[in-house]
Amino acid sequence: MTTITIDKAGPTRKTKYGSMSRDRAWALRWSYFFLVIFAIFFLTPPIYMLITSLKTSAEISAATNPWWVFHPTLDNYIALLTSNQFLRFFWNSAIVSIFVVSITMLISVPAAFALSRMRFWGSTVLGTGVFLTYLIPETLLFIPLFKMFVVIGDWTGIQLINRWYVLLFIYPTLTVPFCTWIMIGYFASIPKELDEAAIIDGASWFQTLTRIFIPVALPGLIAATIFAFTVSWAQFLYPLVFTTSTDQLVMPVGIITTLIKGDVFNWGQIMTGALLGAAPPLIIYAFLMDYYIAGLTAGATKG
Amino acid sequence: MAEVNLRKVVKRYDEVEAVRGIDLDIADHEFVVLVGPSGCGKSTTLRMIAGLEDISDGDIMIGGDVVNDVPPKDRDIAMVFQNYALYPHMTVAENMSFGLRLKRYPKAEIKARVDEAARMLDISELIDRKPKQLSGGQRQRVAMGRAIVRNPKVFLFDEPLSNLDAKLRVQMRIEIKKVHQKVRTTTVYVTHDQVEAMTLADRVVVMNHGRIEQIGTPTELYHSPATRFVASFIGSPAMNFIPCQIEDAGGKPQIRLSDRIAFPLPAARAARYQKIPRTDKLLLGIRPEHVTEASAHAESGVEPFDAVLDVTEPMGMETLVYFPLHGAQVCGRVNPNAGAQDGAPMRLAMDLNNMHLLNEVTGAVL
Repeated sequence: MTTITIDKAGPTRKTKYGSMSRDRAWALRWSYFFLVIFAIFFLTPPIYMLITSLKTSAEISAATNPWWVFHPTLDNYIALLTSNQFLRFFWNSAIVSIFVVSITMLISVPAAFALSRMRFWGSTVLGTGVFLTYLIPETLLFIPLFKMFVVIGDWTGIQLINRWYVLLFIYPTLTVPFCTWIMIGYFASIPKELDEAAIIDGASWFQTLTRIFIPVALPGLIAATIFAFTVSWAQFLYPLVFTTSTDQLVMPVGIITTLIKGDVFNWGQIMTGALLGAAPPLIIYAFLMDYYIAGLTAGATKG
Repeated sequence: MAEVNLRKVVKRYDEVEAVRGIDLDIADHEFVVLVGPSGCGKSTTLRMIAGLEDISDGDIMIGGDVVNDVPPKDRDIAMVFQNYALYPHMTVAENMSFGLRLKRYPKAEIKARVDEAARMLDISELIDRKPKQLSGGQRQRVAMGRAIVRNPKVFLFDEPLSNLDAKLRVQMRIEIKKVHQKVRTTTVYVTHDQVEAMTLADRVVVMNHGRIEQIGTPTELYHSPATRFVASFIGSPAMNFIPCQIEDAGGKPQIRLSDRIAFPLPAARAARYQKIPRTDKLLLGIRPEHVTEASAHAESGVEPFDAVLDVTEPMGMETLVYFPLHGAQVCGRVNPNAGAQDGAPMRLAMDLNNMHLLNEVTGAVL
């Protein structure tokens, strides 16, 4: 009985898997090939960091196989996690990032809503202008910005240079334009009839934004949040320029300036610090990805 | 509930005039359908009544008050959109109650109104679902429910059935009519489908190029169209237009369709067409149901003639026949048992008692 079934299934299978499936098989092979190359390319540095972080300074400088740990130790982790200085960097980074994300969202979401929906004079030009600001590199901006804060300090007596909170004014120049741009894109994908329905239902612009647009554009909002967080967490140039005292430093700068002493590189702790620094974005990605549900707008309109 | 009045309403987009000074009076409780081809200004007119478009000139009144500068939320209207425009993150009940919640109605009243509307539309069991869990027809019911719970002065429908398949469209058409019979709210309904217009409307407003071509009951528009546009737009298959001329034969006027075919005008019509100059280029307008198979006994005004059929389309209850006549393609409706065949000659008859005569140049019905 079984044999007969298999025999019958034979020819059917042949016709079912035609040239389409051969194409598909080749496509899959190529995808795997490139995916493996990319995986190797992108995973090698963190793996190397992990291996190095588990070694003593002596083992790192010894001429052994750099890809293997012969005497694993958690000394580097213990040293950093019990160091008040490192915890200070971590704390500064966290505070700056949380504030920057909040400030960015508070500015860019209403800005995107206004630019994408409330057609007013010059809104198109302004929308393009917002994006163009993003294109100006930070390496070009940091000197004039520094000068600006010095002048502000001279005029008002409010000293902002070498204070961690100066970063709350600077980072949004990077995050606000890009997040506004992302949100304009998401808001533009929301059908016009949805806000018209809300307006007829009696919603004000603000209610339309908070009760319709923000919930519907939640995936975009999360994407923008992740972006703003990543940018402010990983920012290096601005904090390097604007903060110098060790108690004001954020982590990327703190690790480099305190763990490299002259020409002595404390590689084990540098790698540990980098790994620990990479942990919060990773956790946030993993956590928010669950909420990053595509197709939340499905069912709003036909299709 | 309220009447809606439009006075010389104009809508200009830069150089283009989308709506060119229309006047329209819609009575309380009335169901008025704006119908016309795409780009005729019907949706723009509806959106101006809703307040979603500013008006460039003229006045719009709802319930006797000029609402030109009144924002949509204060016009006390409800609108049903072509693509439903349901809030995707809210349940059916939340969608329907959104407007009432914004106006801070008591919870008990909101619930009562939502329940009643849901019962009326037969969606009570869907009340906790999200829009994406609903079919197209159900979504459209929810959109209507959202309008009903607000108990507005005016309902506005913007092509609400265009996204549904043909069968569902017929069903929803009946639903809309039933709802209107129950709530009797003044309704303005926009569609490009003349069948929807004919079946739903108390009065139909036919629009073309930003102007109103004719306003009337479905029957009036069908039987007494004012222009060639209305005559051809209303009715399916469309009215036939055959080039013709009026001439006098033995003191009696007759209508000449071709060198071979000329019919005497029926007595009732002869007087009406008496004054038309004999040199005018005219069109004979005749609906397909007035071109049928010739019967054995002669009737006054029904003139038999011979034609060679191009194509026949058996529809079951009738057969549509197409044949050329004086350069025009003419459609007739014959009995399915009359023996119509592709390419075969057939003896047909034209009921001139129901004819229309149009000026070929101006398009006016004479």
